Amino acid sequence: MTSLIGIKLGMTRIFNESGMDIPVTVIHAGPCTVCQVKTRENDGYQAIQLAFGERKENKTSRPLLGHFQKAGIKSARVLREFRTSKEYKPGDKITVEIFSPGDLVKVTGTSKGKGFTGVMKRYGFHGGHASHGKKDQLRAGGSIGASSDPSRVWPGLKMAGRSGNSRCTVTNLEVVKVIPEADQLLVMGAIPGPRYGTVTITKQ
Amino acid sequence: MDRLLHEATKEYVRDNLPRFRPGDRVAVDVRVVEGNRTRVQTFEGDVIAMSGSGVNRTFTVRKISGGIGVERIFPLHSPNINKIKIIRAGKVRRAKLYYLRQLRGKAARIKERR
Repeated sequence: MTSLIGIKLGMTRIFNESGMDIPVTVIHAGPCTVCQVKTRENDGYQAIQLAFGERKENKTSRPLLGHFQKAGIKSARVLREFRTSKEYKPGDKITVEIFSPGDLVKVTGTSKGKGFTGVMKRYGFHGGHASHGKKDQLRAGGSIGASSDPSRVWPGLKMAGRSGNSRCTVTNLEVVKVIPEADQLLVMGAIPGPRYGTVTITKQ
Repeated sequence: MDRLLHEATKEYVRDNLPRFRPGDRVAVDVRVVEGNRTRVQTFEGDVIAMSGSGVNRTFTVRKISGGIGVERIFPLHSPNINKIKIIRAGKVRRAKLYYLRQLRGKAARIKERR
């Protein structure tokens, strides 16, 4: 298995042997339980569904409880599906030990919501001139199209609006350290989402 | 949250460092790598700020070098710091002494704590 579900705990720093300062994100990853195995015969593709986290049984819906029961799990907070060619059976545990230092991983999560933002923050537009007599258009996006032809704005034009709070993947993050006792993973660099946000980690 | 982060990084926290606080004058011996040669450089000045916690703690040292103010931020637990020597304990009433940047000469002195 090459994937795991986890929660982001936050960023800090560690030092390597040569004294270099490494910014790391600490992720609480796994242990995940295989909840359902999808097979080519049954479902048309091969995958496993992993369960992660805790949820009270009386807070879980009856249909889900039945689903968990089949795998011998009490209840779980997150269910995610991963394609895999390896054979698993429901109830198998997958821990953070599938990763080792030096591995490159990608981390997927939901980015922090930024609310309604302008084009500079949202798309990295450069805004207007700060000098040369310009005023009231420092952060404006500029022209949004031509005049009577086409007499409309092209669909998909980048304009202000809600940004963030979307699925986001960061690739090529190096695993710096694995702490199996605490189910923790230290990866170099930043990952999407707030602290305590749910993320999935996949080996590349 | 912070507890978990501190737990995960506790092996990097050094316990052989002296305790000092903003206002103190310190001499920091830093390891400098030049090509394939390392040497130790001393940076001496007043600690004007400390921030962060656990392994993430840093301190800012300010000195006047050739009439120009120079500030350097060190990660407290960095293995590149060979030694920190406290030269003088200062008596100050702020945690962050950024006001010293506006002052020079006699006005920028810090009272000694006894």
